[in-house]
Parts: sequence; structure tokens; C-alpha cells
Amino acid sequence: MRRGGTKAILLVAACAIFAGQGFAAPRPDDSQIERGHKAYQKWCYPCHGPGAGKPGTASLAARGQKPAVLEERTDLTPAMIKIFVRHGVSFMPTFRKTEISDADLAAISAYLTKNNKP
Amino acid sequence: MRLPPGVSGKDFADALRQFEEAVGKEWVFSSDEDTDLYRDAYSPFWHEPEDPVASAAVAPESVEQIQKILKIANDYKIPLWTISTGKNLAYGGAAPLLSGSVVLDLKRMDKILEVNEPNAYALVEPGVSYFDLYRYIQDRGLKVWIDPPDPGWGSPMGNTLERGGGRTPMRDHWANHCGMEVVLANGDVVRTGMGALPGAKTWQQYPYGFGPYVDGMFSQSNFGVVTKMGVWLLPQPEAYRELTVSVPKHDDLIPFVDTLSYLLNSGIIQGTILLASPLLDYRAAHGGSVLDMPGGPSIAENEQLGREKNLAYWSCTLHFYGAAKVVDAQWEHAREKYSAIPGATFQDGKSYRFPLQMKEGDGVPRVAFGVPDLSVFGLLQGSSGHIGFSPIIPMSGEAVFQSLKVFGQVYAEMGVQQKNQFFALPWSYFPRSFVLLFGFPIEHDVEKNRRTREVFKRLAQAGAEHGWGEYRTHIAFMDTVANTYSFNDHALRRFHETVKDAVDPNGILSPGKSGIWPKRMRKA
Repeated sequence: MRRGGTKAILLVAACAIFAGQGFAAPRPDDSQIERGHKAYQKWCYPCHGPGAGKPGTASLAARGQKPAVLEERTDLTPAMIKIFVRHGVSFMPTFRKTEISDADLAAISAYLTKNNKP
Repeated sequence: MRLPPGVSGKDFADALRQFEEAVGKEWVFSSDEDTDLYRDAYSPFWHEPEDPVASAAVAPESVEQIQKILKIANDYKIPLWTISTGKNLAYGGAAPLLSGSVVLDLKRMDKILEVNEPNAYALVEPGVSYFDLYRYIQDRGLKVWIDPPDPGWGSPMGNTLERGGGRTPMRDHWANHCGMEVVLANGDVVRTGMGALPGAKTWQQYPYGFGPYVDGMFSQSNFGVVTKMGVWLLPQPEAYRELTVSVPKHDDLIPFVDTLSYLLNSGIIQGTILLASPLLDYRAAHGGSVLDMPGGPSIAENEQLGREKNLAYWSCTLHFYGAAKVVDAQWEHAREKYSAIPGATFQDGKSYRFPLQMKEGDGVPRVAFGVPDLSVFGLLQGSSGHIGFSPIIPMSGEAVFQSLKVFGQVYAEMGVQQKNQFFALPWSYFPRSFVLLFGFPIEHDVEKNRRTREVFKRLAQAGAEHGWGEYRTHIAFMDTVANTYSFNDHALRRFHETVKDAVDPNGILSPGKSGIWPKRMRKA
């Protein structure tokens, strides 16, 4: 009984706790951001890119998330990103470490949080 | 620590250590946090103890490492569950059928070994995704198309081994593979077809080689670990056209499908065709059903509604690929053939020349043009996944009528809620037959999922009673579906078991896959 309802609560809690907190983490270097961009393009963009036919973006829009395109967000945090990637949500599945390694996940987080305000 | 069934804690700890020696410590996953990543994200057993979980996962990067893993698994009788990219969602994802199995995760074996443009084939490893292969081809400007299934993040090898389908003229993936390399449970490496000939020059060009053709033994099976596969590609066509044909009456479906069958079997139309019914779609959108439900509207009432609303009873969009002049001629020929049905109407459709520059929101049917994407997941908005029921039925109007009635009866008996699920009239993913696709939502609700499982089993039973079998199924229903293929007291299953016992005597490879269990786990 460790999945599902527990997961949904976890994800909601993660959003509430981490969204917009603006952790004062050190700014990642450009190579880390570039690695994250590449990993994002490979693993995330097909669902979370802009425009039609991107079900992740459509799903976030349907939930009232603004902006719905992840790359335009300035309130994501590494902890939040990790939870979604490693636990999934709605019809988004989990991603294994043979797909997105911990190092790539850290780079994706660096890329998606690069515009966060300190 | 989770344990494989029948394996002691000490033995498993020893095996994990040896797995680490074989592939490197970082590629053996045994913590709950890591093995949970191998659960089925669309499991029909959410929150139930039957939800299968891996005891560990091991991710080799070479054939040699696989051989070492197999030796260790044989030594300790550890069941392995092989995955390629693990994106077999709706069929089990990366999860093992037998809870406690160690997942043999081949994602790291992701080399595109060759793409041959003149002969239009590729040779790939299991971890290569459709996206990977597409990018490789695009980066090199090669004029060949791949054929992705609707969700493009799976692997050409995995989808082909599961006998999946796409939308281009290469839509039957199994029919378009050519040659494979397989590691048997004892570590022996076999190359099929021409690959058995040392120095073969046509491994990806001539599928059969010499003697028995064994490739099929490794599809939807647990007889070996496939490590390389040839997949045929489509030379980039010059042009594409569409023609939408509609007919007004219920019984028009019989000549409508006969004509469709003739055109498909003649190669005049290509790609995957979806039968549609604007009239029944209207009914479904207004509280009715596409299925022929008991007590539902009569044929006469439906035809009257069709006249009032100007809705065709049946329609489909035909696809034409090839040289522009040929496409035009085929388009005209198809129109001429369908004109024999009184009342048939026609609508010219999309028309493209290749290469095609695509941009966001342009309405280009990407998957039908060999461009992988994930837009199909838009069907799942508001759900937590789905499982599919997909029986093969004859390509005939009579079979469509009968299937809508039979499955409508099951829906009525079982009180199936048709809201929040998808159902499609037949598709032509495979030549010579239709496949129906039912998608049932998976929810975080034990009772609803239990009910969905009951509905699935009843549908599979009803289908089998009428001679319609599932082409592929979720790991939760593999025994159910295998049991329907029961001719001559389950002779096929008995043959599978004979093979299994011979090639995998310790029963280490994917126990239970397609209803094939090793001797030590077989129920009496």
C-alpha cells in the first residue's frame, strides 16, 4: 500500500512545499546547464515542449499551471523535479536511472531552474 | 531486501555481488527506491499486493556481460525479466510478470550499429529508441523513414518483438524485421537468418537463411535475450495523398470493407487505416455508444439520424504513398472502386511532397510520416494510464457488425461505464485482418481496477468464443490470453513448454511471459 494515494499526496505536498521557495543554491555552471538542456531535449521535450501534440504541457495547462511549458517556469526546484521524474504523476511514468541518470537529472534540474530568481 | 521467489537471502546477496562484478556496481540496483522505478506505471494492481515488483535490476552494456549475468542467474536459479527500453506501457512497462524477478535492463545497449540508405535497413541494439533512430537518420540527412508506433519512446527492437504496429507502409513491425542476434539461457550466442553464415553480407537483406526459420520463437517469448535486430526502413516517398470515403447506410459496410481489403491487399493504399463512423461517434458523444448495445437504436433509427444530421454511417481516410504520378493514379483508382457503392461520397484530403519542412501546429500526421512523437498520450488526460484490449477480427463488414454486437453485450452485462475510456473501430495495423482497440483507464482505486480486470477477462473470453484472439496483452493477463489459444488441448502451449524446458532448463528467462512457465514453476 505504498503507492498511488500516497504518491499523489507526496506530489501535491512537494509542489506546495517547494514551489516558489527560491532556494539560494549556487548557480550551476554553463556546462551543467548545457548537459541539462541536451538531456531535457531528449527526455522531456517530446511531452513538455511548447505547441500542439505535447501531452505533458496540455496536462499542466489543464491543471491551471502557468506557464504550462516547463522551460518557461521560474519556480521549479531540484527537489520537485526529482520527485516527478522518479515517481511520475498522472499518466507520466517514472524514469529509471538507466534512462535518466542521477547526474543527468541534476543537470536537467540545473537547466530548468536557471532562470529562477535568487 | 526483496528476494526472488525461492532464493535465499544469502544466495541473493552472493548473486548481487557477482552481478556487480559483471557489470559494475553502479549498474546493479537493489534498493527499494531504485527497484520501484521498475514498477508498472500503469498497473491494474495499484495498491494491491499482486502489483509485481522487481527484487533488483541489472543493466549490462554488452553481450559478454549478458553472458555473465545468465551464468549467475543459472547458478542461483534467479528469474530474470528482460526489457529493452521498458516503455511497454499498457502492457506492463518495465515490471516483471513474476514479482521478485531481477529485471535485465538492456537500456544501456543503445548502439545504432548501421543504417544502410540504399538498401533501407538499420541494425540496432535493444536500448535504441525510435527517437534515437530518427535523430540519427535526420542528423545524417538520410532519405529513409522509420515506422514508429504512436508513442515513439519505445524501442524498434522491443516493439517489434512484441509485434507492435505503426502507421506508415511499414506498419507491421514484425514483418519488417530482418535477422537477429540472441543470447540463449546457456550463454550461447545465436544469429538468425543469414547471420548464421560467418561473414554474411545479407543479414539485414534476406530474412530466412537456411533451414527452419526460428525468429518467431523469440517474439513475445522467453526463449532467449535478443541483443541485435535488423529493421527495414522505408525509402522516403516522393508524395503522399489522402482520400476520405463515406457511405450512408449500415449495410454499406460490407462492400466498403471488401473494397478496402482489395485496395490494401493490392498495395494500392498503404499504411494503417482506421474505420470511422461519424454517425456512431455522434451517438457516443450524446450518451450512446459506438458499440451495438442491447436496447440501443435500431439500424433504421440510426440511418434516419444520419439523414437528419448529414452524418455518414461509415467512413475512412485512405493513405497513398509513393511516386507522385503513381499516387495520383492510385488515388483515382481507389475513388473509382468505391464509386460502385451507391451514395458513396469523397473528400480530397491532405497532400504533401517530401522532404517536408514541419513546424508546430501544422497538422502534419507525423507518426504516419515516420516521425516519432508522444501526442497520443493526449488521450490519457485526466487518467493515470490505461490498459488495452485488442482482439484481431476478420477484415469484413460482417465481422465488424458481429464484434460490435458481442462486445456491446459484454459491456451491457458488466455495466461498463464508457465515459473516460477510448474505443476505436477497427484499424489495419496488420495486413489481412483488423484489430479493435479498447483502452480502459487505470485509476488509483482498487475496486475500479478490480472491475476493469474482470471486464478485460470477460471480453477476452467472449472474443475467444467467437474466434477472435488478442494479439498482445498486459502482463496481468498473459495466462488468461494464452489459455484462449487452446486448440487440441493446448497443443501450442505444450509445445512452447517443451521448447522452454529444452532451451532454459533452469527457467531463468522471463517466467510467465505469454503464458510460458518453466517446469519448476508450472502449475500441475
